[in-house]
Amino acid sequence: MTVAGEPVRVRLSVNGRAEVGLAEPRTTLAEFLREELGLTGTHVGCEQGVCGACTVVVDGAAVRGCLMFAVQADGRAVETVEGLAAEGGMHPLQRAFWDAQALQCGFCTPGLLMTALVALRERPEWTREALRERLSGNLCRCTGYSTVLDAVLAAGRAGAGDGGDDGSAGAGAPASGEAGPR
Amino acid sequence: MKPAPFEYVRADTVPEALAALGGADDARVLAGGQSLVPIMALRLATPEVLVDVSRAPELREHRSDGGVLTVGAGVTDRELELDAGVRAAHPLLVRTLSLIAHPEIRARGTLCGSLAHADPAAELPALLLATDGEVEVAGDAGRRRVPAAEFVTGPFTTALADGEMVVAAHLPLPGPGSGWAVDEIARRPGDYALAGVVCGVELDGAGRCAGARVALFGVAATPVRAHGAERVLDGAVPDDAALDAAAAAAFDGVDVIGDEVHASAGYRRRAGAALVRRALTAAVRAAGEGA
Ligand SMILES: Cc1cc2nc3c(=O)[nH]c(=O)nc-3n(C[C@H](O)[C@H](O)[C@H](O)COP(=O)(O)OP(=O)(O)OC[C@H]3O[C@@H](n4cnc5c(N)ncnc54)[C@H](O)[C@@H]3O)c2cc1C
Ligand code: FES
Ligand code: FES
Repeated sequence: MTVAGEPVRVRLSVNGRAEVGLAEPRTTLAEFLREELGLTGTHVGCEQGVCGACTVVVDGAAVRGCLMFAVQADGRAVETVEGLAAEGGMHPLQRAFWDAQALQCGFCTPGLLMTALVALRERPEWTREALRERLSGNLCRCTGYSTVLDAVLAAGRAGAGDGGDDGSAGAGAPASGEAGPR
Repeated sequence: MKPAPFEYVRADTVPEALAALGGADDARVLAGGQSLVPIMALRLATPEVLVDVSRAPELREHRSDGGVLTVGAGVTDRELELDAGVRAAHPLLVRTLSLIAHPEIRARGTLCGSLAHADPAAELPALLLATDGEVEVAGDAGRRRVPAAEFVTGPFTTALADGEMVVAAHLPLPGPGSGWAVDEIARRPGDYALAGVVCGVELDGAGRCAGARVALFGVAATPVRAHGAERVLDGAVPDDAALDAAAAAAFDGVDVIGDEVHASAGYRRRAGAALVRRALTAAVRAAGEGA
């Protein structure tokens, strides 16, 4: 399949909904989500893979949205932070961040939430040390990470990894159907 | 910051990939993109054509038989480290993968991509070198196998000719009676190594070292075998004195490169020798347990 330098059609599923959009090959998945689909919950920081702000879930794995071209996501199932609160209420993981005051400016938060979501799907119970390392690819310049660890550990205990057990959210995400890393 | 425009080709077979690579002056393979995309975002690379091989079914396979693990160029680090068969057959590889970046990077980055990228501080080229692995290369003239020691020829430079690509890596599995270890010094988990080592020790029935392999990374222009350390250990009883001597000789003949930003050559040499000592101790212990 050859594609010229100009925009091409990209079909993918985002938070369980079929989406179609146009993207130049050089458009990253993060940019595509923000600018073509209007899903600005995914943040873009360093654009070189270092900060984790752009982290989204593709086919069950948390990946850098800035290190994947949108054309590469053709045919894939993508989950973004918008999918967490699909029903309007907060996802248990989001509620845990709220309760623990695990964010200040919030720039890093969407990426941390998506990384933590996949970590909790891998296993709900983490030691603080192991979780610290598991989340170490996401930089936060405000919180000092301590409250983030509190939040994710609490969310794990509350079963947030199964896609929402308090009935308030998660039902709209394709999460529960295809949980787990590939 | 945004990559310069390029043409995107998704290759579903190796012949398709080779045709696309041969069809332009500046075509490059795109695998996981975890090194290439940052370089393009910084405009340090502006390829005309990217040939995406990450979804070609024939490259998405890995298997172990005859004591060798073969990993196709589309297989990600994360797939390998989560695979029960790989975990059982090649724990050294799994431990090495865990030192690379973060799970989010490993979810897309490929083992073959890391070999082709040939970053002097990368873990996997050193693993291949220590275990005498081979890189399988495809080009217009057919396929050839390049031994690890001949594959990386300089920083970010390999034996790949124009129009060639890596299709697989062949990793010999650690045998019984041998013990292996990998370790590195990095400022934070996931950072590139300031000094790193992959080493293996084989013990004979009398507890003597029947063969030692030590490969260093992050200290020179390419991964290098620490022949000085290997020579000290060959035939010796690997006691404390022998391991001290091996570590002291690890950097003999190694052209250590330092820089102002990360670590000086002196630091890499001294910290590297201490690291070799620690890793050899672990390898000898593992060999003793396995025997
Ligand atoms: C934040 C961050 C931290 C990182 N930390 C580490 C680390 O600690 N250690 C480490 O080793 N790496 C690290 N990396 C790099 C990462 O591991 C890359 O995934 C890996 O080096 C390249 O694999 P890739 O599949 O992503 O290759 P790509 O990025 O797709 O390609 C890299 C280069 O190899 C070429 N190439 C790829 N596949 C082939 C092939 N089959 N045939 C021919 N050429 C090919 C490409 O053309 C390109 O030049 C890090 C990356 C990031 C973003
Ligand atoms: S914006 Fe993608 S990792 Fe920083
Ligand atoms: S809350 Fe500000 S960067 Fe994390």
